[in-house]
Amino acid sequence: MPPIVEISALRKAYAGGFEALKGVDLQIAEGEILALLGPNGAGKTTLISTVCGITTATSGTVRVGGHDTVTDFRAARAMIGLVPQEINLEPFEKVQSTVKFSRGLFGKPANPALIEKILRQLSLWDKRDSQIRELSGGMKRRVLIAKALSHEPRVLFLDEPTAGVDVELRRDMWEIVAELKRDGVTIILTTHYIEEAEAIADRIGVIAHGEILLVEDKAKLMARMGKKELEVQLSEPIIEIPASLASDALRLNDDGTALIYSYDTRGERTGITKLLAEVAAAGLILRDVVTRQSSLEDIFVDLVHEGEAP
Amino acid sequence: MNWTAVKSIYLFEMARFFRTITQSFISPVLSTSLYFVVFGAAIGSRIQEVEGVSYGAFIVPGLIMLSVITQSISNASFGIYFPKCIGTIFELLSAPVNFLEIVMGYVGAAATKALFIGVIILATAFAFVDFEIQYPLAMVGFLVLTCISFSLMGFIIGIWAGNFEQLQLVPLLIITPLVFLGGSFYSISMLPPVWQIISHFNPVVYLISGFRWSFFGAADVPIGISLLAIGLFTALCIAVIWWIFKTGWRIRQ
Ligand SMILES: Nc1ncnc2c1ncn2[C@@H]1O[C@H](COP(=O)(O)OP(=O)(O)O)[C@@H](O)[C@H]1O
Ligand SMILES: [Mg+2]
Repeated sequence: MPPIVEISALRKAYAGGFEALKGVDLQIAEGEILALLGPNGAGKTTLISTVCGITTATSGTVRVGGHDTVTDFRAARAMIGLVPQEINLEPFEKVQSTVKFSRGLFGKPANPALIEKILRQLSLWDKRDSQIRELSGGMKRRVLIAKALSHEPRVLFLDEPTAGVDVELRRDMWEIVAELKRDGVTIILTTHYIEEAEAIADRIGVIAHGEILLVEDKAKLMARMGKKELEVQLSEPIIEIPASLASDALRLNDDGTALIYSYDTRGERTGITKLLAEVAAAGLILRDVVTRQSSLEDIFVDLVHEGEAP
Repeated sequence: MNWTAVKSIYLFEMARFFRTITQSFISPVLSTSLYFVVFGAAIGSRIQEVEGVSYGAFIVPGLIMLSVITQSISNASFGIYFPKCIGTIFELLSAPVNFLEIVMGYVGAAATKALFIGVIILATAFAFVDFEIQYPLAMVGFLVLTCISFSLMGFIIGIWAGNFEQLQLVPLLIITPLVFLGGSFYSISMLPPVWQIISHFNPVVYLISGFRWSFFGAADVPIGISLLAIGLFTALCIAVIWWIFKTGWRIRQ
């Protein structure tokens, strides 16, 4: 199956000459949830805006559902829903009318039943006749989501949908995302929150300085992340690991003051008990024991710092 | 064509108009009434007939044009400036609509509002002076064309404007003089020859002249030239808007 979103060699230089996207290639499969992680200013919003037609690319192409987003923009955009990062809403509009407007703008015939369903799902039904300005920030974000869903997109972009929102909305959001996925909608969300990416994504992409540093299956990334290290600090430095302890998982640190043991937290047996028994049997005296987990956060931070190197 | 989108934009904009309908009407009706009192009754009583009609009646077409032009420009410029300013324009830019559909929705709504106000002012005029409209169909035609062409111009101003001052300054600085010097309150033939020549570069002259012809059958410039001028002006505005959307000038980064 061809990817539903195909981004090739996409570059974007803003008017001042600043290059916010430096040749992004990204393919997104139909029905998947891709989380784009990246620090502020990484180019997440620029990437989404360029796909959606809000900014024009300097070079490169984007296809959505096989349609070029520039030459065949009608067909491409008709498939896309966008929940922008900024809360851009007309303060004096009423919730229901602004959601209906979005549907009409995308050329879809009125469908009051669907609009009601969406508003109920987002707990906005009771507020349908309220003006936007009367709503809280979280509620406004729900309205943005409702607007994006009103025209039944096949691909939904969520630009930091849970930044600064309450726990409740975040949970609702995740639920909605799960339901959309069941309906086969492809979802691309950007986030700062690693836990969020872990919780809902199928694949995780890391972007920094306008470049995609990594796109990987979440499960594989989690497997990397599942590695843990146990540091056994010794009261007396040793020169080499005693033969009775030798194993692939064990190494000695540089100054010989600690043994470092890597293991998989999700394995049946971690082998820690055995290791400690053998350490004692070898006559080594323990000073302290420390464990460390390599998290997605570490991977992320490492990648971003690598990107920073000149 | 995405007609559903055109209709949605049009109705959305009209809804904004109906929310503030009282304000929309009170100010033009009040100012027109004042014009009639000051120019028509106070000054007009000392002025002889102009081109065979009483001065009070003579200024009716010009007054309607004055309001219709200012209303078209302010409605249309605000209509597009507002979404640009608060950021809701993202939705227009990401929707499956082309420039023509966006323009038809916004300009259509702005022109409709201006037309409403033109009709209200015409009705107000009947309350102050006696006159007849010789060519009602041509009158309606001129009125509609004016609403559309100046709404197009307002749309361009709305996209160009970077802040509220600019949005309000342009109509004030350019449009008001053009309209006042366009023969709203006098016949161009009453001006010294040099000013008559200068006036022919003012597009509003052709509009008011043509519009006045539809009322009284007399005009400063031939009616065909008036139609041509307004046609050219409209075409120019459409071309500029087409270019704006093609290049993304001031709307797409
Ligand atoms: N309109 C603009 N003009 C110039 N530079 C911009 C503009 N918008 C964003 N940028 C710059 O592009 C970079 C990427 O921004 P953005 O895409 O918003 O990042 P993110 O969404 O990942 O935080 C930033 O350095 C930002 O300053
Ligand atoms: Mg952003």
